[in-house]
Amino acid sequence: MDEEQLSAALITALQQATAVLPQDVITALQRAEASEDSPLAKEQLQTILRNIEVAKEHRVPLCQDTGLHTFFITAGTASPYLSKLQRVIKHALAEATEQIPLRPNTVHPFTGENSGDNLGRYMPYLSWELIDGDEITITILPKGGGSENMSALKMLLPTAGMSEIKRTVVDHIIACGGKPCPPTIVGIGIGGGADIAMNLGKRALLRPVGDHHPEPMVAALEEELVHLLNMSGVGPMGIGGKNTVLAVHIEYAYRHTASLPVGIVVQCWAHRWAKIHLAADGTIKVI
Amino acid sequence: MEREIVGPITEKEMRSLRVGDLFDLTGKVFTARDKTHQLLLKLHETKEKIPFDPTSMALFHCGPVAKRYKGNWQILSAGPTSSIRMEDITPRFLATFKIKLIIGKGGMGAKTQQALQEQGAVYAHYTGGAGALSARSFTRVEKVFWLKELGMANAVWIMVAQQFGPLLVTMDSVGGSLYKELNGKIAKNKEAIYARIG
Repeated sequence: MDEEQLSAALITALQQATAVLPQDVITALQRAEASEDSPLAKEQLQTILRNIEVAKEHRVPLCQDTGLHTFFITAGTASPYLSKLQRVIKHALAEATEQIPLRPNTVHPFTGENSGDNLGRYMPYLSWELIDGDEITITILPKGGGSENMSALKMLLPTAGMSEIKRTVVDHIIACGGKPCPPTIVGIGIGGGADIAMNLGKRALLRPVGDHHPEPMVAALEEELVHLLNMSGVGPMGIGGKNTVLAVHIEYAYRHTASLPVGIVVQCWAHRWAKIHLAADGTIKVI
Repeated sequence: MEREIVGPITEKEMRSLRVGDLFDLTGKVFTARDKTHQLLLKLHETKEKIPFDPTSMALFHCGPVAKRYKGNWQILSAGPTSSIRMEDITPRFLATFKIKLIIGKGGMGAKTQQALQEQGAVYAHYTGGAGALSARSFTRVEKVFWLKELGMANAVWIMVAQQFGPLLVTMDSVGGSLYKELNGKIAKNKEAIYARIG
């Protein structure tokens, strides 16, 4: 494998994560559409489903906000490609911005100056997880600004208990209204320190929509929160209806005995991602 | 049945719309996000000429993805951006440029509601994220301004829409707001949710 091949695969994956919605998300949206009684809410979901088809057919960005890119890298420490990854990813993202095209979204935080290529200090963001072995999996998550603006960290008192956690999530999602483009997928990180809770919340989004956490206690909380949040009536695009969220995914970490961080990461219905698998022999697969 | 509105936008027609009305729009729209609102107002203050006529067009809260093919711009994806970012600046913007139709997503607040009443204007919602579909309605880019200075997302794109919709009136010129009505219901639902949580 040379760098050009990897770069080409990354561009293909970026194109996919821009124009095509994964089937699990589409299925969840179809279910939502079928379950709505309100004609206005139904129409929002029908427009969404038509949009998904048009984007796929014409290979154009599903949403004009092609997002800020996080690359979640699970890397075997024995992979021969580790040292090249950062460079190739940056190169591929700049190329993809031109080719696909992606909307140039990254700006200097003080001056607002746009870099023009979706690169910049810490951009794209690489989130590393090192594991044993020689294989690398890269998950690309482009996330729009509208939904990211609705993400929040709540530092609860450790005495709060489960009810308070549930109320906190409910309050937050209701306060978001239509702004994050519901029906949303809500990733929640509970525990750890502040940064860990937010990171886990974002990682929770990488699970197929509606797949539950393997531990029954966490899975039950996910299911209950889906039910509670959909009782709110916020509905598709915040215009009222039964479907405010498509799924709630929770991850947790042990916490400091004095802290109870709850990281809420809100993802719009256009939950785009793509995955690349890179074997030690250089075989690349875009999943 | 959806109504069809054909530009130029008139105050009379906008005043006739009510919350819950659905329509398609054929005519010119100009895009503007927060940064663009600031720039246009600044130009107006310093008495510089705005190179297009915003009054007759719909204001679209949008930062599109566009590509140049053989010298012509083509809109690839152009859904609405979150309108609430423009809440503080909107009253002045509407009053200065006599805007009668805003298209966005997510709704706006009390300041905009008041301004809509004063100006005889409406706020219409288009499905957020449905950028590929709406782009099919923008058949032509008439002009783009400040592309270099503001970048693709914040530039002003003057686009010609053919049956862009369905657009849903969620805030009208007589104080009606779908969000206001809905918030009452949601507050009640929240009580039921709290009761369930215990």
